Amino acid sequence: MASELMSNEIALLAIFLLSVFVGFEVVSKVSTTLHTPLMSGANAIHGVILVGAIVVADHANTNLELGLALAAVILATINMVGGFVVTDRMLQMFKGKPKVNKDAGDNK
Amino acid sequence: MSRNLYDLIGLAAGICFILALKGLSSPKSARRGNLIGAVGATIATIIVFFYANDGKALNNQTLILAAIAFGVLVGVPAARKVQMTQMPQLVALFNGVGGGAAALVAIVEYLKLGDGAMTAEVVATVFTVIVGCVSFAGSIITFMKLQELMTTRPVIFPFGRQVIALTLVGVLASGGWVISSGGSTPLLVNGLLSLLFGVLFVLPVGGADVPIVISLLNAFTGLTVAASGYVLQTTLLIVAGTLVGASGTILTRLMADAMGRSLFGTLFGAFTAKAQASTGTVDARPVKSGSADDVAILLNYAQRVVIVPGFGLAVAQAQHTVRELADLLASKGVEVAYGIHPVAGRMPGHMNVLLAEANVPYEQLVEMEEINPTFPQTDVVLVVGANDVVNPAAKTTPGCPIYGMPILDVALAGNVIFLKRSMRPGFAGIENELLYEAKTTLLFGDAKDSLTKVVSALKAL
Repeated sequence: MASELMSNEIALLAIFLLSVFVGFEVVSKVSTTLHTPLMSGANAIHGVILVGAIVVADHANTNLELGLALAAVILATINMVGGFVVTDRMLQMFKGKPKVNKDAGDNK
Repeated sequence: MSRNLYDLIGLAAGICFILALKGLSSPKSARRGNLIGAVGATIATIIVFFYANDGKALNNQTLILAAIAFGVLVGVPAARKVQMTQMPQLVALFNGVGGGAAALVAIVEYLKLGDGAMTAEVVATVFTVIVGCVSFAGSIITFMKLQELMTTRPVIFPFGRQVIALTLVGVLASGGWVISSGGSTPLLVNGLLSLLFGVLFVLPVGGADVPIVISLLNAFTGLTVAASGYVLQTTLLIVAGTLVGASGTILTRLMADAMGRSLFGTLFGAFTAKAQASTGTVDARPVKSGSADDVAILLNYAQRVVIVPGFGLAVAQAQHTVRELADLLASKGVEVAYGIHPVAGRMPGHMNVLLAEANVPYEQLVEMEEINPTFPQTDVVLVVGANDVVNPAAKTTPGCPIYGMPILDVALAGNVIFLKRSMRPGFAGIENELLYEAKTTLLFGDAKDSLTKVVSALKAL
């Protein structure tokens, strides 16, 4: 049991370390042109904490736990869904297809 | 669904996220990359419904679905309606709620485990709560600064550094208390102190440095998610969180370099720099103010014009008008380029988004390192609503808040035209000496009105 647990921990550590290198590698060559969408896209990715929020909402034993977990579900959904939608909206413009933005009203 | 299958699908979702980040590195593949990321996130969300309760319907499933629906109803309209000028605020806000969610997940898991938790789990939980709360509170303050719900200047309070250091000690000590004694009171104290620290650590950051902080907090939230992945033993959360944490760290460093700032200087600079009261002799000095016709003539007889857009352009919604001007000049045989400072606008790369919105092809947007050597051959530089990014004080005035920031060397061009609303200094609050030089012409007024006048004057020539 103990050794099984140990190897699991090491697997998680390996995943963690490899992800660090992948993360460094993938972003180090990005042009400044795309910094804003990149930040927004990365932001959306950590919205996947939604998965964790759903798991704890399922396991919740008390009303307090359930309430906190559901709040986490709401916040994580906003983060994830909103993040991907807004990133897509930005990137769509980089495609350069003529598109009149009706939101660009008279904001002084 | 078996654990192994679940983990495998989670890994596939993780690969989607890697591809998403990779795609985002070039404008051509970026949109597809983002969609791949969204697909990965959707798959991950769907399969957890089949896995979390051993294949049975989840406890509280209706409530969970309702909460997701509510989140979608809040998040999607916000993402659809936000103006591109307000993008930094939205990113800060989304980042904050993500950090808050991670902290809440950790708290619930901690309450549920009670005294049966292993030390390693408790340490990871405490880490998640601390960093998640800091990210949440910090992002909300960042949001308020950008939305101008509070001052954009650094907020400096007496003994600021000592107070912040003391709060940090409190955060760490209460974290240790949670680990050693367990129970919910220590965790509550720890969470509250972490929130306080998040507020205190963003307050002294000046407006110009806020973008770096957004990126840093983004990386923080990523690490929080990774830590909660450890607590919940979910591979996907570890992969996704670590990716964001690592890429966010790199991005933060790239930005700090672009602004010529050390990260430490950004975060604690306000306390170390001498308070630089903008010296009051400014109003007395003469500036050369011109009319739209003067500007049109200058532009008409130029061979090469560089447009330097700043946030003022976006505020006036003048992106389309500036493009009209650029097209008109190009049709008259003038060579036109846009000089984009890495931090033009209010977050790195922001100006590219704003001009993309006005259908300016991204090939015309020239980065700082490439445009700077061309200024001596440039006849006219048209600065529209920018100030700090062309302010020579960054080179000449040690001790000023932007000292050391690389700037666009517009002073090397033959003529400089500033379109400005007033003589008010920029976001960073620093006087610009370039405004008083002989080669500089100022055209006062709303950027959009001014540009429209220049366009019609040009057409009349």
